Amino acid sequence: MTDVLLEVRDLHVEFRTRDGVAKAVNGVTYSVDEGETLAVLGESGSGKSVTAQAVMGILDTPPGKITSGEILFKGQDLLKFKEEERRKVRGAQMAMIFQDALSSLNPVLSVGAQLGEMFTVHRGASRKEAKAKAIELMDRVRIPGAASRVGDYPHQFSGGMRQRIMIAMALALEPALIIADEPTTALDVTVQAQVMDLLAELQRELNMGLILITHDLGVVADVADRIAVMYAGRIVESAPVHDIYKAPAHPYTKGLLESIPRLDQKGRELYAIKGLPPNLMNIPPGCAFNPRCPMAQDVCRTDVPPLYEVTEAGADRVSACHFWRECLNG
Amino acid sequence: MGRYVIRRLLQMIPVFIGATLLIFLMVNVMGDPIAGLCGDRQCDPATATQLRKEFGLDKPVWQQYATYMGNVFTGDFGTAFNGQAVTELMSTAFPVTIRLTIVAILFEVVIGIALGVVTGLRRGRPVDTGVLLITLVVISVPTFVTGLLLQLLLGVKWGWISPSVSSEAPFDELIVPGLVLASVSLAYVTRLTRTSIAENRRADYVRTAIAKGLPRRRVITRHLLRNSLIPVVTFIGTDIGALMGGAIVTERIFNIHGVGFQLYQGILRQNTQTVVGFVTVLVLVFLVANLLVDLLYAVLDPRIRYA
Repeated sequence: MTDVLLEVRDLHVEFRTRDGVAKAVNGVTYSVDEGETLAVLGESGSGKSVTAQAVMGILDTPPGKITSGEILFKGQDLLKFKEEERRKVRGAQMAMIFQDALSSLNPVLSVGAQLGEMFTVHRGASRKEAKAKAIELMDRVRIPGAASRVGDYPHQFSGGMRQRIMIAMALALEPALIIADEPTTALDVTVQAQVMDLLAELQRELNMGLILITHDLGVVADVADRIAVMYAGRIVESAPVHDIYKAPAHPYTKGLLESIPRLDQKGRELYAIKGLPPNLMNIPPGCAFNPRCPMAQDVCRTDVPPLYEVTEAGADRVSACHFWRECLNG
Repeated sequence: MGRYVIRRLLQMIPVFIGATLLIFLMVNVMGDPIAGLCGDRQCDPATATQLRKEFGLDKPVWQQYATYMGNVFTGDFGTAFNGQAVTELMSTAFPVTIRLTIVAILFEVVIGIALGVVTGLRRGRPVDTGVLLITLVVISVPTFVTGLLLQLLLGVKWGWISPSVSSEAPFDELIVPGLVLASVSLAYVTRLTRTSIAENRRADYVRTAIAKGLPRRRVITRHLLRNSLIPVVTFIGTDIGALMGGAIVTERIFNIHGVGFQLYQGILRQNTQTVVGFVTVLVLVFLVANLLVDLLYAVLDPRIRYA
């Protein structure tokens, strides 16, 4: 039995802006075991990145604010930590890989300096040791000629290599948890696969928990153990990856799956979920998805659906739909 | 890096020739170099011809320029009409102005950048609004007003400083003049740093630095500040050139016998040799300051170094 590494419980995050309060995260609950890969799926603005930033403790505050909830990491509530304690967890025990490696790496510092900094700050290593470690890391993420490139700057690397450096930086101190926020979105398709494979391989090697934030269903199928689908700041469905592909228990998940282009449906019009994601300052009452849902009934417009245990199609599944049964069967 | 420096040095040559030629033409061709020699009266024709011959002014302009440049490169800037060598004037004036510039630049760097960082990190808070308001006042009030006001208050009324600087112009007497000289630029440095910091604060690489678990101080100094200082360095560098030559007002107010003072005297008495000599050196100062800025720029930003 593996241990639960991270547990997010009923997390609420708001952004207070001049135009009003945007409720970005409205009661997210998910957990990641050691060595497990959880894919968090959702459109832009569904709150998947904000949840991740809250977990890392790098939310922009203000305007962002965690209003309630718990973030249990190895059994301890991170939200009760002092900033200095929190800082020591960041980078060392949990690390984050960002989407755009070019803008996420410091343009005026060599990659060696940026990698080595992890060891000098967290481990008190000397500069010489840090440099050796940096080269070792670059080797590990298979950057050719690591020893000669350690003094190079981010702009001198290709997109794929830069993302490898981001991965190396996240892995530096062998954290227990890695959060990858759309790590392959900015890359070419061929490079995407390489980077994803590398990440999955290193995760297995180090037995790390991985939260993979993405809107790319293709990436998810290969690497994830579980999927959590987010909509308007809530988890709407969560299930083991194969169960969800076989039979989604939420109309939103179903819509997402149907909007993937497939070779055997060539020539037919591609399905698209009607309408737009809701405005986070004015989330519709009842189920947030009801204005776009083909199955919506009156109850959906008034009652917020709780997370129902989906018992019929495999274990460990939840869906936030009043009509999950109908969805599952039709 | 080596090639970059060489290319930059080569670029200086045409600029230097062009700038000095322009100054030379303006003074020697458009004006009359011997107009001021006979006091307030016009020179009589015979003396004028003799003087022209003596100074080589009867030769073609290009030849005069060539002779002048030849002299410049052998360290001969000619003599002022009172018989004093221009180089002698320079050797007393430049050390004073350099000291004044150092004081002013220190104020800009230390106070300007510090205020810029503080306000940039606290944008919209009372500190920020307050400092912003003060910089606006400083920028809008002309230097001679601030200068005369400080001289009157600190020098005459309260007697904290001596209202005029002695001819040796040691550092401690130059503090208030240096602050006056720096004031406007200091306000600009503050605003420039503030904008730059505020802009970069939300940059992705700063978020990465925080996510790496670096202490706040390190995130600010090593990651945020270094990126934010690139435009500020450019401004301060070009300002060195401006301060060296443009201290005429401040030097007059506090009676500092520096470059500005000599230039002012030279212009007033129509001392062609003095003016051309000083301006030539100032052109060089400008060029060197700009070279230093570009080199520093390359040190700060590797993307330029390898371009």
